[in-house]
Amino acid sequence: MVAIALPRSNGPLARSLSRFVGNGAAVAGLMILLPVLIAVLTYDLWWPHAPNDIDLRALNKGPSAAHWFGTDGVGRDVLARLLQGGRISLLVAGVSVAISLVIGFLVGALAAFGGRITDGSTMRLVDLAMTLPPVILLLVLASIAGTGIVPTIFVISLLSWPVLSRMVRARLLELRERDFVVAARGMGANLWHLLFRHGLPNCIDILVVYATLQIANAILLEAGLSFLGLGIPPPEASWGNMLNAARSTVVLEQYVWQWMFPGAALVLAVLAINFIGDGLRDAFDPRSDLN
Amino acid sequence: MDAPLLSVRGLTKHFKPSAFSRGPVVRALEDVSFDVPRGSVVGLVGESGSGKTTIGRSILRLVEPTSGEVRFNGTDLTKLSTAELRKQRRFMQYIFQDPFASLSPRMTIGQILTEGLEIQGGLSREERSTRARQALAAVELPADAFNRYAHEFSGGQRQRIGIARALALDPQLIVADEPVSALDVSIQAQIVNLLRDLQQRLGLTMLFISHDLAVVEYICDTVIVLYLGRIMEIAPSAELYARPRHPYTRALLSAIPSPVPGDRRQRQLLTGDIPSPANPPSGCVFRTRCPYAIDACAAAVPPLETVGPGHLKACIRDDL
Ligand SMILES: Nc1ncnc2c1ncn2[C@@H]1O[C@H](COP(=O)(O)OP(=O)(O)OP(=O)(O)O)[C@@H](O)[C@H]1O
Ligand code: SF4
Ligand SMILES: [Mg+2]
Repeated sequence: MVAIALPRSNGPLARSLSRFVGNGAAVAGLMILLPVLIAVLTYDLWWPHAPNDIDLRALNKGPSAAHWFGTDGVGRDVLARLLQGGRISLLVAGVSVAISLVIGFLVGALAAFGGRITDGSTMRLVDLAMTLPPVILLLVLASIAGTGIVPTIFVISLLSWPVLSRMVRARLLELRERDFVVAARGMGANLWHLLFRHGLPNCIDILVVYATLQIANAILLEAGLSFLGLGIPPPEASWGNMLNAARSTVVLEQYVWQWMFPGAALVLAVLAINFIGDGLRDAFDPRSDLN
Repeated sequence: MDAPLLSVRGLTKHFKPSAFSRGPVVRALEDVSFDVPRGSVVGLVGESGSGKTTIGRSILRLVEPTSGEVRFNGTDLTKLSTAELRKQRRFMQYIFQDPFASLSPRMTIGQILTEGLEIQGGLSREERSTRARQALAAVELPADAFNRYAHEFSGGQRQRIGIARALALDPQLIVADEPVSALDVSIQAQIVNLLRDLQQRLGLTMLFISHDLAVVEYICDTVIVLYLGRIMEIAPSAELYARPRHPYTRALLSAIPSPVPGDRRQRQLLTGDIPSPANPPSGCVFRTRCPYAIDACAAAVPPLETVGPGHLKACIRDDL
């Protein structure tokens, strides 16, 4: 027998995971994000105040034992609104990223496997979408779509898939010429097989990294839209509209807790997610094994 | 005599530049015709860029030929619809040159070996797994390779996996595209021997592509010599080495170092570069490097003519 027994080693995903765990900043990001995520998802089980409960004896009160993060101008608990706002922000970000992942992958795949004409026209469309100034596009789309959770998700997902579809297309074009894909074609593979057995697994790094970084981006977009009054309308809480409600000089100067906590939550979450995203990117890069 | 398993007629492939870039048409193959009899090994030799890979891939329609016929078991593959072709694909398999690029880094060996069976359908998961394990055993790899990833194997072992993948579908025809040229010299003989054993044991028909004439002589029954996308000479292996008739074949053979020390065979080294397939010479494409070229060589493309039993050459000078 020619083969010598080799020590077992893991698959590519397992190796990426072990590289990720060795990345300090990424793990720190995860340590910050996880508690926040758990708090946001479970707060109604352990926090006595609901986000829209009004406590008329406590208007604009600072942090206390009853209201850890204080109350706002109509006596609502800031912590409860912060956690509910986190739910809404993460929901909007998560769903819109999921939608743009699907659109981005399918459009990239269509361009890469659809032949020259499809490729040419799809990519011109993507170019067009990418050259439009995002802020203006966002504002126009938002004013057409209106406010609320669903329109906000719609606007954010529509804005963010083109970059992904370019990356997916580039990867798939390269992949299409690789011998193991030619081998699959030689065994009779159809488009479906090529896309989901070879294309998707070999794009997983792009997709995961994009998804993480884009969630941070989408949280910011949602906050920005809501701050401008084009995103999630009150009384529903979101980090952006909490900042919006706190933008008067009086609040800014005298009721610091009303904007500091949502602001800090936003910055912290976005930073943590970005660290995680960078860590994932390094983890998926085989060259980082060499260091 | 039996009809040949594979019969190629007038195969031509011109690579056109992409729609967005202007560039010359690359004439990779011009009017290539040959037969591969059932159960035989036919060698395809030629320098880099002569179109060997393009022939191999055009036959399996991994590259879409510009014109010509590829008859496999009597069916012209170039006329088949995608769905009909898909059904034929299990009968013809390709072995790749680069053992690193030809195996997916994201699949286990088991997944790689069962992929074709899964695509072709008709077998249960257990049956597929059994077939794949048989193929693994046939290429003399241990059964525990099944759940590993390709990066855990050496070049020679990976090439065995590539062969096993082709065998798993139980094909009739195998196109082996320089299966050993990326391997260490010490491993090459093992793989060539393995291929020869498998070919004989399983009664496979094989198109064996190589630029190494020594390997080809060992494994092939018939040899086709290719130059700039055209066939220069076809002959039974022994005949070609003993009595090469085409000036290009002679030049190739004399470039092989002689095993006998002090042997002063007349050496004709090839001078000059291969012309670009985007702009091939008129008439005989070899004339720019041929020591025997005469004016008439530029006038017309020399046809492949029979000069002996199973021996054909494309050269207008019969005095050679
Ligand atoms: N996809 C392609 N597009 C354009 N030109 C191509 C393409 N594939 C091959 N060619 C050209 O066709 C010619 C024949 O290439 P081919 O790969 O068949 O040669 P080969 O004999 O296999 O060479 P090697 O020994 O280097 O593998 C070359 O000039 C090559 O540049
Ligand atoms: S046809 Fe002329 S140029 Fe071509 S190989 Fe024969 S002698 Fe040489
Ligand atoms: Mg080649």
